[in-house]
Amino acid sequence: MSATTGDAVLPVTSTPSIAALDAAGGKLKKRLTSPWASLAAVLLAFLWTAPTFGLLVTSFRPKAAIDDSGWWNFVAHPSFTLDNYRQALSSNGGGLGTFFVNSAVITIPAVLIPIALASLAAYAFAWIEFKGRNLLFVCVFALQIVPIQVTLIPLLSLYVKAGLAGTFWTIWLSHAMFGLPLAIFLLHNFMKEIPRELVEAARMDGAGHVQIFFKVLMPLLTPALAAFGIFQFLWVWNDLLVALTFAGGTPDVAPLTVALANLSGTQGTAWQLLSAGAFISMVIPVLVFLSLQRFFVRGLLAGGLKG
Amino acid sequence: MTSRIHRRGLTGLAGLAVLALAVSACGGSSGGSTKGAAGGTSASPQAGCEDYAVYGNLKGKTVTVYTGIVTPEDQLLKDTWAPFEKCTGVTIKGEFDKSFEAQILVRAKAGNLPDIGIIPQPGLLKTLVATGKAVPADAATSTEVDANFAPSWKDLGSADGKFYAPPQNASMKSLVWYSPKEFAAKGYKVPTTLDELKTLSDTIAATGKKPWCAGIGSGEATGWPVTDWMEDWMLRLWGPDEYDKWVNHSIAFNSSEPTAALDAVGQYLKNSKYVNGGLGDVKSIASTTFQDGGLPILKGNCSFHRQASFYAANWPKGTTVSPTGDIFAFYLPGKLATDKPVLGGGEFMLGFRDAPEVHAFQQFVASATWANLAEQGGGGRCVTPNKNADPAKAANCSDIDKLAISVLQDPKAVFRFDGSDAMPAAVGSNSFWKQATNWITGQSTKDTVNKIEASWPK
Repeated sequence: MSATTGDAVLPVTSTPSIAALDAAGGKLKKRLTSPWASLAAVLLAFLWTAPTFGLLVTSFRPKAAIDDSGWWNFVAHPSFTLDNYRQALSSNGGGLGTFFVNSAVITIPAVLIPIALASLAAYAFAWIEFKGRNLLFVCVFALQIVPIQVTLIPLLSLYVKAGLAGTFWTIWLSHAMFGLPLAIFLLHNFMKEIPRELVEAARMDGAGHVQIFFKVLMPLLTPALAAFGIFQFLWVWNDLLVALTFAGGTPDVAPLTVALANLSGTQGTAWQLLSAGAFISMVIPVLVFLSLQRFFVRGLLAGGLKG
Repeated sequence: MTSRIHRRGLTGLAGLAVLALAVSACGGSSGGSTKGAAGGTSASPQAGCEDYAVYGNLKGKTVTVYTGIVTPEDQLLKDTWAPFEKCTGVTIKGEFDKSFEAQILVRAKAGNLPDIGIIPQPGLLKTLVATGKAVPADAATSTEVDANFAPSWKDLGSADGKFYAPPQNASMKSLVWYSPKEFAAKGYKVPTTLDELKTLSDTIAATGKKPWCAGIGSGEATGWPVTDWMEDWMLRLWGPDEYDKWVNHSIAFNSSEPTAALDAVGQYLKNSKYVNGGLGDVKSIASTTFQDGGLPILKGNCSFHRQASFYAANWPKGTTVSPTGDIFAFYLPGKLATDKPVLGGGEFMLGFRDAPEVHAFQQFVASATWANLAEQGGGGRCVTPNKNADPAKAANCSDIDKLAISVLQDPKAVFRFDGSDAMPAAVGSNSFWKQATNWITGQSTKDTVNKIEASWPK
């Protein structure tokens, strides 16, 4: 795959000159500052945020008010309570607090394992010549098409045979497996974009594969790793199906999503807790996103070449 | 520069928040686990354990239980297990998960089964037994069930001629909600036969008030309350044996008995003198949600609403649900005052591992000791069909639960499971609902039963 096709797939990492970028930006700015475009953008932003805002308002309303009227009535009849949050977190209500640890224990390895494996594999696919490389790469890419649901029962019976069922291992391994094809594809494209001269120069200076990987490529890959890391983090953190099927719902291993699904009670009578529960489980992903998003924006690759 | 510092600050703050959350959550979970461990190890013979001697010493053993019962009822359930754990030394590990009914089948296929599953419907029980992974109950459990439950309960926990699963809790559907205050003011008496119910309805209708109100709207499941009506009348008019034949399709859906049962329901639900109090005409039944169907009773616009015990949760805050309050329910009577047919639901303890501790736990749940513990706990685990349970222990239960207990534990009670749940999905959760809705909006009884019969999978 050449650098140009890479450009087409992932334009974020292209390296146009700053001047060209400015010119394009100016043109874009002029086009977007048309009042109609601004209006459309504001409208879209409003439509996009309104349901979340409604959920936030609902989570602070008392049960009777939620039952009686829609969240927009809070303007006319303001009522505020923390009861929903208190009950969702308390041990005889939802007990969500205790499930944070499980979710963290599940999510961190399930993000690190595929990143570690995929960056090594992507390096091999991008910079090591070996026979059948392209065919193998196509095979890995094609694995993305396999739907998770198809694999559930066969994979679970393998875990049962290996004696792993009901442990964190099943979730880590499953998420790593499901995440790897996309991760390899994504990181491969990033690596392919790095100019050949850079890698060859390092080789001339006597660097081996290990040194090239860690000293030359890794610093340049940070935005790609962060991007995939965020995706994988959000996916694993929000996952219910994989965790429930492979590890089950016992309090030792169940993540936050399982607790959230059970929050409304056997007969679904405590559904006012769901809005509060949703915001509690949202805290960590939002924090992770906010603290990693600068990697999306920063042009590390350009800096790496010039500096 | 300022913006950069600002951003650093934010990230730091975020990090701190994560740390704080992790630490607090950590404290919570470790506290919980040590408590559990202490409970498991301190298994020395103690006072109050006389009833548990029969189960022997099970120290160091573990039984895993998987169920769809979740918060806050999971705690009630764990509380009923605690004395058994304390006295026998066994550890009961509960897994409470709302998606139980789907997950248990996946696990059965993959071989990842719990020791005991709490199965909420007989159809699922039969499916699981058919996988060959279920273990029949032992002789001691079987004897315990014979001693404590009506024979219909043992049949429900059996499959292929073998007894598998003792019952745990039950729920009751044969209830009619009414206003005790209205009854007291007008001098009405709670009817004890179907004819009396009819006469009372006529009396109220003669005063110009429409006595019945109903709603069958429930999204995709619109129509299901009519299936409960028909099951109740099928059971009352033709008895449990014909009812079973109807559910198993040994008699056709459009044969004379079911047709007559639906017609009998039509004398209430399609009678423009009877319905739809406070809500509109007959057709308004289809457009009213089942949650709103009974509320006109509170406003005095209607007198009767037939719905299961769970409807208690639908009354607005501040409504007193008691035999002398704003709202209560009476048992939907049988054809004769001596008949006690009951329509309802129940849960069964199906074992998947052949081990003494698993059998002992099944036997314990089938015992009167367990039923008393469940009643003592109050809340959503009150109602058990165990006829040897002590009614005096039910003091913490709601009045509706007490009524359900007294009906279910009546030695004359003949219990039948909700039939539409046991019918094939193409009928029980599809054509039965849809045709019942068409029936309300004007389709004839004959067309209705014919169309349902035509949809029965061959």
